[in-house]
Amino acid sequence: MSEPRSHEGVGARLPRKEDDRLMRGRGQFIADIRMAGMQDVAFVRSPLAHARIRAIHVPDDLKGRVFTAADLDGVKPIRAVSGLPGFKVSEQPVLATGKVRQVGELIAMCVADTRAEAEDMAARVELDLEELPALHDMLDARKPGAALVHEHWGDNVFLESLVNINIEAAFDAPVKISRTISTARQCMAPIEGRGTVVHFDHRSDQLVVHTASQMPHIVRSGLSECLGLEEGQIRIISPDVGGGFGYKAILLSEDVCLGWLTRKIGRPVRWLEDRREHLTASANCREHHYEITLYAERDGTLRGIDCEASVDSGAYSAYPFSACLEAAQVASILPGPYDFPAYRCRTWSVATNKCPILPYRGVARTGVCFALEVALDALAAELGLAPEVVRLKNLVRPEQMPFDNITNKHFDSGNYPEALRQALDAIKADAVRTRQLAGEPDGRRIGLGLSIYCEQAAHGTSVYSGWGIPMVPGHEQAGARLTPDGGLELRIGAHSHGQGLETTLAQVAHEILGMPVARTRLVHGDTAMTPYSTGSWGSRVMVMAGGAVATACTELSERIRRIGAHMLQARPEDVRLEAGRVIGPSGDVTIQQVAHTWYRRPQDLPADVDPHGLEVTAGYKPVRDSGTFSYAAHAVVVAVDPDLGEVEILDYAIVEDGGTLVNPMVVDGQIIGGLAQGIGTALYEEMAFDASGQPLASTLADYLLPGAPEVPMPFIGHMETPSPYTKFGVKGIGEGGAIAPPAAIANAINDALRPLGAEMLRSPVTPRRIVEQVLAVRAGERSAA
Amino acid sequence: MKPAPFRIERPRTIADAVALLASGGDGAKVMAGGQSLGPMLNLRLATPDLIVDLSGIDALRSMREEAGHMVYGALVTHADVEDGRAPDVGANILRRVAGGIAYRAVRNRGTMGGSLSHADPAADWVNALSVLGAEVEIAGPAGTRRLAMGAFLAGALATALEPGEILVSVRVPKVPATARFGYVKHCRKVGEFAHAIGAVLIDPTTGTGRALMGAIDAPPLVFADAATLFGGQIDAGFATRFDASAADAALAAAGMADAVDRHVHVEVLRRAATQAASLFTDTRSAA
Repeated sequence: MSEPRSHEGVGARLPRKEDDRLMRGRGQFIADIRMAGMQDVAFVRSPLAHARIRAIHVPDDLKGRVFTAADLDGVKPIRAVSGLPGFKVSEQPVLATGKVRQVGELIAMCVADTRAEAEDMAARVELDLEELPALHDMLDARKPGAALVHEHWGDNVFLESLVNINIEAAFDAPVKISRTISTARQCMAPIEGRGTVVHFDHRSDQLVVHTASQMPHIVRSGLSECLGLEEGQIRIISPDVGGGFGYKAILLSEDVCLGWLTRKIGRPVRWLEDRREHLTASANCREHHYEITLYAERDGTLRGIDCEASVDSGAYSAYPFSACLEAAQVASILPGPYDFPAYRCRTWSVATNKCPILPYRGVARTGVCFALEVALDALAAELGLAPEVVRLKNLVRPEQMPFDNITNKHFDSGNYPEALRQALDAIKADAVRTRQLAGEPDGRRIGLGLSIYCEQAAHGTSVYSGWGIPMVPGHEQAGARLTPDGGLELRIGAHSHGQGLETTLAQVAHEILGMPVARTRLVHGDTAMTPYSTGSWGSRVMVMAGGAVATACTELSERIRRIGAHMLQARPEDVRLEAGRVIGPSGDVTIQQVAHTWYRRPQDLPADVDPHGLEVTAGYKPVRDSGTFSYAAHAVVVAVDPDLGEVEILDYAIVEDGGTLVNPMVVDGQIIGGLAQGIGTALYEEMAFDASGQPLASTLADYLLPGAPEVPMPFIGHMETPSPYTKFGVKGIGEGGAIAPPAAIANAINDALRPLGAEMLRSPVTPRRIVEQVLAVRAGERSAA
Repeated sequence: MKPAPFRIERPRTIADAVALLASGGDGAKVMAGGQSLGPMLNLRLATPDLIVDLSGIDALRSMREEAGHMVYGALVTHADVEDGRAPDVGANILRRVAGGIAYRAVRNRGTMGGSLSHADPAADWVNALSVLGAEVEIAGPAGTRRLAMGAFLAGALATALEPGEILVSVRVPKVPATARFGYVKHCRKVGEFAHAIGAVLIDPTTGTGRALMGAIDAPPLVFADAATLFGGQIDAGFATRFDASAADAALAAAGMADAVDRHVHVEVLRRAATQAASLFTDTRSAA
């Protein structure tokens, strides 16, 4: 690991500045905002998954306080198109018109002094609905003759895609294994749900929207399109945000409804999502289904991968990422970190009568990693090889870097085999296997599981322009301004919702300017005060905003140096900026003195001084914007109780390479948080539906999240292979922790159960699923005997 | 998730509480710690007109010892038992159960009487107190009465409480020093309601024992004479003779059709028996 160059700069394990307020309960979240005269909103939501709306009966005494689609003059539906060929467009009315296509779809909006009273009103609105056949299973929805979510499409497929790279060349491989593998529908479950407080400010002629968002500027564009307002008439403020994970990177119908409502009634309005709304009506993600076939040589060398993948996209295309966010990526990222010659993948983004599928940490990668890594273990078992042997045969090698893989993903740098070897060492694989052979005194079975992935992050224009969704990231901009007393303000358009950007971006500035982190403030989360940005998603902010802050600070340092040179009566080329001081041949001045002179004593500066001053906005893109490739190898030991299906994680090791780490402690936090979510995917989290499309978990008693006792403290090892394309060599690492655990844990469970003949191919691996399989194998053995 | 409007009263005596409840009829609900009723109100699964909050009735917090029994007031909390403020009926019997109920925050407010009155089949007190042979004392408009747990539990989320009646205390027989208590529950995560509970109370010196299978969407299946589960006899080697087919048949007879569910419940009961047997071993090795 590289040594930090200073105690506060890039590489320093600095405690997070923002934690001082967050850990003391002094953060300001949406629900903390109070405005005079503020009204609360509750929604009447569809109780059915698919139904024609015959009538909505609003009691007479509630007229003027309950609004339906018929009231929303001038409001357009949410349209998240994709430019990919064949994509079918869904229009999502912000309040339902004609029919409802999912449980929880908004039908009417009720306004009252308190949320409780608004809910009382909602309970009195009567719905006359004609129930239609509901699609709750994406494979059924693909079949001819299925009911139609959007009638005019003629089928239920948002988008079908096919990649075929010489798959026929693999067909004569001596070994072929096929598996059906799937991941459950999940909910993202940040501690803070969604929430929006909106009022109209007549002085600035602006709709002011406080909303928990990862991407204030994109929400502004989306609201502008739906409400018919100029973008300048909308100001989005995202205050402290209690976790996003992708759910807060979406424009919700509720945001649009409140934007209309506040002008209608002339008062500030608020909607706070409750956990039942969160679980049943909105925050859905994952849900992939794979038919995957691996072709290989007997030594484990992959000859080809053939796959059919379906993603349950739900009823509507979500703004801005669209309904093919997951499936369209599956085909390009399924190959993972492996080098092999033949590949075919067909994907379907399927419309069903469920919530739109939304991005969740690891977007698509968690599913493909699960499918490929679980299948690779099946292949290893078939070949009688250790799982690491098959992986090491096929992983891209360090000497191949930079490497263009079979789907033209450009790997910037790294040593994948080394990460796997270090993870095996850290988990003490040999000792685990010895223990495994000895057996456990309590009758449980020990298993060792591996998985390895790559995380393309901070991918930019060249990747997204072809996708044709409502946003394409270009240059990222940042502002850097010295204050008159010599402090530093940074401005970025992305948002920090737990990542620690207030600290890490200050570390980047410190690296350039020598400015103490304590004297640097991050201004973010407000479209009125920050440069445009597509926001915080795709593990992009440290690369993009970090690069932009560095670029702005570099330009600012030049200006400081030139003013400093004048103050020192030296030539600019003879002075340097070091540790917060401009140092010349015969003396030095501090940045504070430079700032004081520029702002407070301009009379001391020459007439021909550079007029641009001490405020810079600069743009940045990596040398190549096809993305950084961070990666990690995960290794886990579990104990499985075959009779009860209980799984205990005994040990967990992660060796990751995120390029140059700006703050390794923050990276550790990202990894541990991601691991917790990955454990949820692996063992606990499942949003199930019944045959009529009703979601079956409406509280956290039914939707199980891992708690502290279920999440072990992992060993974390860092490799640091800098990216050749980014400032400082940083790579995006925000999502990786959540990508590998489901595959690693399922592989460990399968390793434990393999002698019993059971194989778990669906996440979450629940006790029930394990016991079902174990008993089925036992029953088969009895009848065979 | 806000409750529908309701009226709340906080009486100071059991008599006042009973009178309030009687006045409220079917629209009245009792609240003790509120750990189940609170969420049900917020989800509008319960929409009572009147809530009678018992937390102001000090008499319901009392504990006393009677011949061979401990009597716990209905408002004794899980944490009271966990922390030892409520004397146990034996060596680490109720205390062990209490410490495994939900999470500490729930245990701080949740009460023994509230849990029994809610009668969730997966709740720990419903099961542990059933196998221990507890009785409940009930106050109502017609005076007080006493019911065994088996008679009190009328179904999933249903009890024998009549309108206007309140569970006021729980009488739990003391466990003889010669007996051992095995209690195992199967959960997917810490704090979750159990998917299966197995419990045994075994005394080889008298050759007697009780056993229970719980969390079965109905009141627990109690074996008043556990000998049928151990080859007809309870002695020092009882656990090794656990008869899974007898337990399985009992579950099938109780209507549990799913073979995987039955397997898990039987296995959990087997482990409760093994746990109780291991407690004898521990005592011997300690001595």
